[in-house]
Amino acid sequence: MRTLLYLNDVVTLAFNALKCTGCGMCLAVCPRQVFRPSDGKIEVASRDACIECGACRRNCPSGALDVRAGVGCASGIINTMLGRKKACCVVDDDNCPSCR
Amino acid sequence: MNYTVDPGLYAIGNARAESPVFVTANYKMTFDLLRRAVAGVDGWILVLDTQGINVWCAAGKGTFGIDELVERVESSGLAGVVSHRRLIVPQLGAPGVSAHEVRRRSGFQVLYGPVRAEDLPAFLKNDLKATGLMRTKDFRFAERLALVPIEVVPAVKWAIIASAALYILSFLVSGFSASKATNATLLAAVSLGASILAGAALTPILLPWLPGRAFSTKGFCLGLLFAFCALLLNGGLHHGMAAALSQIVSIPALAAFLAMNFTGASTFTSLSGVRKEMRFALPLEIAGAGGGLALWIIAVVTGG
Repeated sequence: MRTLLYLNDVVTLAFNALKCTGCGMCLAVCPRQVFRPSDGKIEVASRDACIECGACRRNCPSGALDVRAGVGCASGIINTMLGRKKACCVVDDDNCPSCR
Repeated sequence: MNYTVDPGLYAIGNARAESPVFVTANYKMTFDLLRRAVAGVDGWILVLDTQGINVWCAAGKGTFGIDELVERVESSGLAGVVSHRRLIVPQLGAPGVSAHEVRRRSGFQVLYGPVRAEDLPAFLKNDLKATGLMRTKDFRFAERLALVPIEVVPAVKWAIIASAALYILSFLVSGFSASKATNATLLAAVSLGASILAGAALTPILLPWLPGRAFSTKGFCLGLLFAFCALLLNGGLHHGMAAALSQIVSIPALAAFLAMNFTGASTFTSLSGVRKEMRFALPLEIAGAGGGLALWIIAVVTGG
């Protein structure tokens, strides 16, 4: 089955090719095959497949990747809007809990 | 019921000093899945305290994280138990773990294993290398089907409460007529039921084949279809124009809302994307539900 994709051109993933050392950690942690090897470094192959989980940013030893990590969960956003801090699924900007 | 496992180090099979170490969460289902997957393997399982939450969610929350991993390695005395310095961490734990950070703080090298525990034996045979397929989180039919009850059950609970409230409301506005109230509540229950069927049950199942990228769009399309089906059913109940309009307006809106709520259970949405979707969809969904309610009240009052 082909990969399911969500909205176009919306994710906050940013890749700084100058900092990339081509270690390949992002290839190992990305569950959506967003990256691919290219010329001893990596490149962003499928940007819209990114789910902003933040695994690549956290595991990039050279700081070449940045993304505002979070979980794409509408009920989490609603819980936050309603001020339900203790619900299973709450979203905040820095450290984003999930309900998956 | 207790769905947690005590954090710490567990031996499986004939675990020796050179056996691999698998890191996992202390959600019982996760632990059992891992245990089953590596049943024929001699090794160690290091269970982190994620407060009973699965690996992926706990990684997002940060409880399956660097601090907990480093502290658990220390408190379990792992360095004295195994002769190597490698930890096999599930790939979906990566949002909470930083391999270079763990190495710096504990001396252990983090090797990201496959997404699914069932691929672990193949991963071990493949010299601790995951293939592209092992690295990818998909969202297949069976997985979506299994999530349907989780979407439907709470929605049905809300629908029952709403129907009870609507019965009282229609009883009051119809001038205390039990038969009119029953008829009106039946109409509302059909709308709610159709919305749940379209938005909470069929949208998850048919997800890849429904039009649009936004979940609300997918739910809306199915909802519209169901609104017309409800109209046909409605014909047999002898309702009028306001009642029909109420269904046309409310069913797609409620189905869109329920479908939108499935973003959290799906595996391919992003926070930025869901925020964008909600900005256009939520006001329309509220307007549709509100409009449907207003039309329904008109239908009850005018007998239309």
